[in-house]
Amino acid sequence: MKEENVIISKGLTKRFGGFTAVDAITFEVKKGEIFGFLGANGAGKTTAMKMLIGISNPTGGEAMVAGFDVHTQQDAIKKNIGYMSQKFALYDDLTVAENITFYGGIYGLSRKQIREKRTKLIETLGLGEIAHQLVGSLPLGWKQKLAFSVAMLHDPQIVFLDEPTGGVDPITRRQFWEMIYKAADEGTTIFVTTHYMDEAEYCHRVSIMVAGKIEALDTPKKLKEQFEVSSMNDVFLRLARNIE
Amino acid sequence: MKRFLGFVRKEFYHIFRDKRSLFILFGMPVAQILLFGFAITNEINNVDIAVLNQSKDVNTQEITQKIDASKYFTIKRFLTSEKEIEEAFKKGDIKAVINFEKDFSEHLIKEGQGSIQILTDATDPNTASAITNYISSIIQSYQQQQNQGVQMDYQIHPEVRMVYNPELKSVFMFVPGVMTIILMLVSAMMTSISITREKELGTMEILLVSPLSSFQVIVGKVVPYIFLSMINAAIIIFLGITVFKMPIAGNLILLGLESVLFIITSLALGILISTMVKTQQTAMMISLMGLMLPVILLSGFIFPISSMPAPLQVISNIVPAKWFITIAKGIMLKGVGLGYLWKETLILIGMTVFFIALSIKKYKIRLE
Amino acid sequence: MGILVENISKSYKNVAAVKDISFEVKPGELYGLIGPDGAGKTTLFRILTTLLVADKGQAKVAGYDVVQDYKNIRHSVGYMPGRFSLYQDLTIEENLNFFATIFGTSIEENYDLIKDVYEQIEPFKNRRAGKLSGGMKQKLALSCALIHKPKVLFLDEPTTGVDPVSRKEFWEMLKRLQQKDITILVSTPYMDEAALCDRIALIQEGKILEIDSPEAIVKKFPKKIYDIYASNMYGLLTALKDFEHAHSVFPFGEFVHYTDKREGFDSNELKIYLENKNLQDVSISLTEPDIEDVFMELSRK
Repeated sequence: MKEENVIISKGLTKRFGGFTAVDAITFEVKKGEIFGFLGANGAGKTTAMKMLIGISNPTGGEAMVAGFDVHTQQDAIKKNIGYMSQKFALYDDLTVAENITFYGGIYGLSRKQIREKRTKLIETLGLGEIAHQLVGSLPLGWKQKLAFSVAMLHDPQIVFLDEPTGGVDPITRRQFWEMIYKAADEGTTIFVTTHYMDEAEYCHRVSIMVAGKIEALDTPKKLKEQFEVSSMNDVFLRLARNIE
Repeated sequence: MKRFLGFVRKEFYHIFRDKRSLFILFGMPVAQILLFGFAITNEINNVDIAVLNQSKDVNTQEITQKIDASKYFTIKRFLTSEKEIEEAFKKGDIKAVINFEKDFSEHLIKEGQGSIQILTDATDPNTASAITNYISSIIQSYQQQQNQGVQMDYQIHPEVRMVYNPELKSVFMFVPGVMTIILMLVSAMMTSISITREKELGTMEILLVSPLSSFQVIVGKVVPYIFLSMINAAIIIFLGITVFKMPIAGNLILLGLESVLFIITSLALGILISTMVKTQQTAMMISLMGLMLPVILLSGFIFPISSMPAPLQVISNIVPAKWFITIAKGIMLKGVGLGYLWKETLILIGMTVFFIALSIKKYKIRLE
Repeated sequence: MGILVENISKSYKNVAAVKDISFEVKPGELYGLIGPDGAGKTTLFRILTTLLVADKGQAKVAGYDVVQDYKNIRHSVGYMPGRFSLYQDLTIEENLNFFATIFGTSIEENYDLIKDVYEQIEPFKNRRAGKLSGGMKQKLALSCALIHKPKVLFLDEPTTGVDPVSRKEFWEMLKRLQQKDITILVSTPYMDEAALCDRIALIQEGKILEIDSPEAIVKKFPKKIYDIYASNMYGLLTALKDFEHAHSVFPFGEFVHYTDKREGFDSNELKIYLENKNLQDVSISLTEPDIEDVFMELSRK
């Protein structure tokens, strides 16, 4: 894990009228890190992420993602990152292969590249005949793994995952995280938001957002020591109580 | 460019794999063209008329036969006296009366002139003009036939009277028609999304797991809208009278009551749609497309039903709006009372009961 | 007044959602149905609350048959479905009033029962339900389900999508409710919540894996389980999976939970193997399994 910072945020802020959704957050993410962006629903995680991936304009502060400015170089950011959201990742009424081809095209890959990657992906995930089934007919776990792979199709430097593992069984969830580990091991930086506190433990470092502010930022181990508890869930509970 | 094409290709997949969009693309235009093509016509066909022949002589018989023979008119009845004319129009089954004066042929030969009166029900001014014109031209051609080659010996000038709407104001047709459409659409649309909304939001589950019966839910959803729609109806009538100067020849209270009845019929239809459909979007589409077009085309609002092909005429009978327009025009323009309108009123009541009963039956007491 | 489920099966369009499920909830029990999305929990709840009819099997709730006597059940159970099902454009008080009225009671009549839950949101009683936070919606939905003093309470994933603080408070409320003699059937995908129930049924892909009290289930775990640590998680996982005697290898936070195929084995041997794979800071220690370990072991078969 190199020491270079791929995400740098300084006082990043987003206001909607009188309401401040993201309140001057400052942090850095190193290359190859698995960075967990935690917080309750409504704490501002998704809003913050949207600014980092270049689809929302910040109201204040600065940030650099993959070396590009979030205010002025949003297009470059989009080209250099991968994104997977829980609400949507793949088209249900397209087959697996068609989805891969489509996204490959969107990311600007050549036909040859798309073909190669498609074959490789189908092989790695062991899809076989499923490649020609409509995505809508696949179980949730498969959809998630597929969505992640598609987000990585163009070998981006950073992959942003927004609540990627809702609802699946414990084994599938871990298989998904193993895919994340592998990607991180190979140098991709992973920025993941989740409200599953136990998944926080899989991250190298985590930040916890409460009401738009970052109230804690460290490795899971150090946070547990700091709050004298044994799980990240309890860290969150203590933190919430302290803030009240 | 490649990205763009990739994106376009994906859009094609979506379109062809979604049955609904295919239906809209191909199914609906075909249905609409057929419907529009047959229903929209300013021509008249087989219009029912009555003849009062006070002469019963050669000429009048010949003219009568000629009119009867034409495809435009069907002589439904022969009246026996002028007193019967008003009654005939009130009854509403004939759209025009041709009144031949006494001793028509005699006058024709002796004085060179014969009088024919054409009285037309002008509650539908467009059709009325057409009817009058066609009858006049038939009479004209008869006249020319008789006068062939010879200097015009005699002339027949039909005297035209537009009954109920002497100035042929289109607003007289317009206001009752618009009122019908607005009441039907608003009522049906509102209730059609009512149950589907509960399904979509998930509150339907809670309603089902409760002591509420299907009857209570269905009727409970109709009742609030009755009051609101009544206000709507009152506003329209008020505007019709004040701004458009529509006369109300008949009983205003009767009009109010019949309006309430029609509102309930429409609300019930909306609820029926609501029980059968899963999403609010579909409910709205069906109310809008599925109800608006038939109501506008087949209710007799603009286009005369009698001019449409037989199948469409049959279908028009199940459009509640058709019956209400007859009622509304009858009360507003002709001043008739329940005595003449009991059949239509009964039909509306029957439809309402049918819709509500069917809704209760179709209201799913379980989730699948 | 309990729940009896006998050989219930239900399929949708060729997909079997619930496969031959049987279990029993004793009166006054706090019973948990534990499993991920798609396990069949919601389908089962809908069958028991009479919203769906099973393809096969019987069930009784509070002594009433779910098919024949469905009306009785609908009059006497409290149901909190997965989406909380509140009227977004009505206020807290209006929602509660509505549910009280259609059950033929009033807020005052059973206030004691809901007081514990309701007084936390009562200060906001004129706020519309649509504008409430997840935790508040949860409390309102629970109040609405309780207001008519049901004998049996069905809570379908009441803590999904809600912050950890509210989750914790919710379960504390449930424990207090249990003392008022209400039978409670809760479904949840959170394994840590399972430990708070009297008994649990682990459910996966429409089948029951195991039924017992949380403590007993954990005791039944057939193998010894080890916490293994190394500074490179990915490297550790790969190495362990390559180990010929590995039975299960699962990441669990900063450790990996490892079970071995053999009955007894020398952890030192494993340590040496791992260090030979160039892993740093290797440590191996015996640990206690939790419900998630049991679930994964059972669902592997």
